[in-house]
Amino acid sequence: MSLIEVKDAGKTFARDEGTFTAFEHIDLSIERGEFICLLGPSGCGKSTLLNAMAGFDLVTSGSIEIDGKEVCEPSDRYVTIFQNYGLLPWRSVQKNVELGLEQKGLSKAERAARAAQYIELVGLTAHKDVHPRQLSGGMQQRVAIARALAVDPEILFMDEPFGALDAITRMKLQDDILRISREQQKTIIFVTHDIEEAVYLADRIVILTPNPGRLKCICEVPLHGYRDRTSGDFLRVRDKIFELFHMKAENRIEYFI
Amino acid sequence: MKKTILKARYAVISFIVLIALWQLLYTVSDFNEALFPSPFKALRALIELAADGTLFRHIGTSLYRFAAGYCSAVVSAVLLGLVLGWFSKAFRFVDPIVQLLRPISPTAWMPFIVLWFGIGDVPAIVIIFIAGFFPVLLTTVAAVANIDPIYLKVSRSFGIRQPQLMWKVIFPAAFPQIASGIHLALGTSWIFLVAGEMVGAQSGVGYLIIDARNDLRTDILLADIVVIGLIGLILDTLLKMAEKRILRAWGGAA
Ligand SMILES: Nc1ncnc2c1ncn2[C@@H]1O[C@H](COP(=O)(O)OP(=O)(O)OP(=O)(O)O)[C@@H](O)[C@H]1O
Ligand SMILES: [Mg+2]
Repeated sequence: MSLIEVKDAGKTFARDEGTFTAFEHIDLSIERGEFICLLGPSGCGKSTLLNAMAGFDLVTSGSIEIDGKEVCEPSDRYVTIFQNYGLLPWRSVQKNVELGLEQKGLSKAERAARAAQYIELVGLTAHKDVHPRQLSGGMQQRVAIARALAVDPEILFMDEPFGALDAITRMKLQDDILRISREQQKTIIFVTHDIEEAVYLADRIVILTPNPGRLKCICEVPLHGYRDRTSGDFLRVRDKIFELFHMKAENRIEYFI
Repeated sequence: MKKTILKARYAVISFIVLIALWQLLYTVSDFNEALFPSPFKALRALIELAADGTLFRHIGTSLYRFAAGYCSAVVSAVLLGLVLGWFSKAFRFVDPIVQLLRPISPTAWMPFIVLWFGIGDVPAIVIIFIAGFFPVLLTTVAAVANIDPIYLKVSRSFGIRQPQLMWKVIFPAAFPQIASGIHLALGTSWIFLVAGEMVGAQSGVGYLIIDARNDLRTDILLADIVVIGLIGLILDTLLKMAEKRILRAWGGAA
C-alpha cells in the first residue's frame, strides 16, 4: 500500500457569491521515500491540495489517507514548511528548532542536543544563538527545515519553500534538500511553479491545470542519482515538461519519458 | 550613553525655554503675585515642601496607589484580553458592554466609589484601575486577533495546544501590540490618579493640589503640578526602557 493515497479528492470553498472549487477529481498515490513535486500555474490549487494532505484544511469530497488512515488534523509525523518560514521571531535559532521537540517529553539536555544536531545538519551551528531577524532569508528557511526535521517526521510538506530566495541561494537549498531527502529517507511533497526546480528535485512531477484544479499528468523523472543542471538528460526532461505545459488539457495520463 | 546625553540636551534646552517664557510672562503681566507665582517662588515652595518631607510622603503615597491600580489593571486586562482574544465568539458578547463602559470617564464613578469605599487609598486605586483597564483590554484582544496565522499553523503542525499555545506562541506574538496598549494606559492612569486623589483622598500629589488651593498657596500648587508632570515623564521613560529591553530580548527590531 502506498504511504499517501489521494482518492477522487476535491475541495470546494463557500464564498459570498456561491461556491468555488479549488480542485477536483484528484487521484494520486505516493510511495514511501518519494520526492514529489506539485507543479502548476498560480491558482491551480497546489497550496490547497498540500494543506489538505497536511491536515490543515480538509478536502470536501473524496479522501486523503496517510498510512491507511484518513487525514483529519495536522500531526508531527508530517510537518509543513512554508514559503515565509514561520519562525517565531522571539526565539533564538536553537529555541525555534526545539519548538516541536517540546511536545515530546524529552529532557532539556536531550532536546538541546537533538536541536543542535539538526542545526548542524543545515550548517547553522555558528548562528544558533541569534534571532531569526538577524538571518538572511536562505538561513531562515534552513532553520525552518531543521525545525521540521528535528521531530523526525515521515513526510515533509513544502509549499514553495524557496520561492522568496534569490537564484543562487535557491540552488544551494535545492541541493541541501535533495541531500537531506536521501540521507534521512523522507517522503517529500514539494509545491513549486518553477519547472527547472521540479525537474531537478522530483522523482515524479504532478502537473495540475487550473479552473478548477485538475490533475493533468504525472511525470516520472528518469534522472536517478546524481543530477546535473546542465546535462543533456536534464535539459531533455525539462523541455518535455515545458511542452506538456503548453499542451491542451487532457484527462490524466501517466507519462514516462 | 552618548545618545542619551544628546537626547537629554534637547529636553534641558526645551525646559529652560519653558521656564524663561514663564518668567517673561510673570514679568510683563500685572497679575497679583499670589495668583500667578514666578518660577522662583514655585522653586522656593518646592524646596519648602521637600525640606520637611511632606512632598516625599505625598509622592510615596501616590506612587503606591499608582502601582497598585496600574499593575492590577494591566495584569487583569492582559489575562482577560488573551482569553477573550482567543475565544473571539465570547468577545462578541463582551464587546458591547466594554464599548458602553469605556466612554464613561472614570471620575464619573467617583461618588459611588467614595460611598462604597470611603476616603483613602482605595478610591484612587479603583479610578486608576478603571482608567488603565480598558485600553489594555482592547489592545490585547485586538493583538491576539491580529496574530500572523502562520504562527498558529506552525503550532498546529507541531501539536502545540492550549494552554501552552497561549504562553509559548500567542502571548509573545501579540506582545509588541499589547506593550503599546500598556504604554498608552500608563499616561491615562497617571492622569486619573490626580483626579482620584483630588476627590477621594487626604494624601498624595493630587490631594496636595486641593490642600494648596484651600490655603491659597498658588506657589505650592504650581510646584506640585510641575512635580506631577515630572513623575509622569519619569514613569513613561522607565516603561519605555523596559519595553525596549523585552522586545530586544525577544529578537524584536528595536
Ligand atoms: N480559504 C479560501 N477561500 C476561498 N477560496 C480560496 C481559499 N483558499 C484558496 N482559495 C482559492 O483556491 C484557488 C487555489 O488556491 P491555491 O492557493 O491553492 O493556489 P496555488 O496553486 O497554491 O497558487 P500559487 O501558486 O499562487 O500559490 C485560488 O483561486 C484561491 O483563490
Ligand atoms: Mg500556493
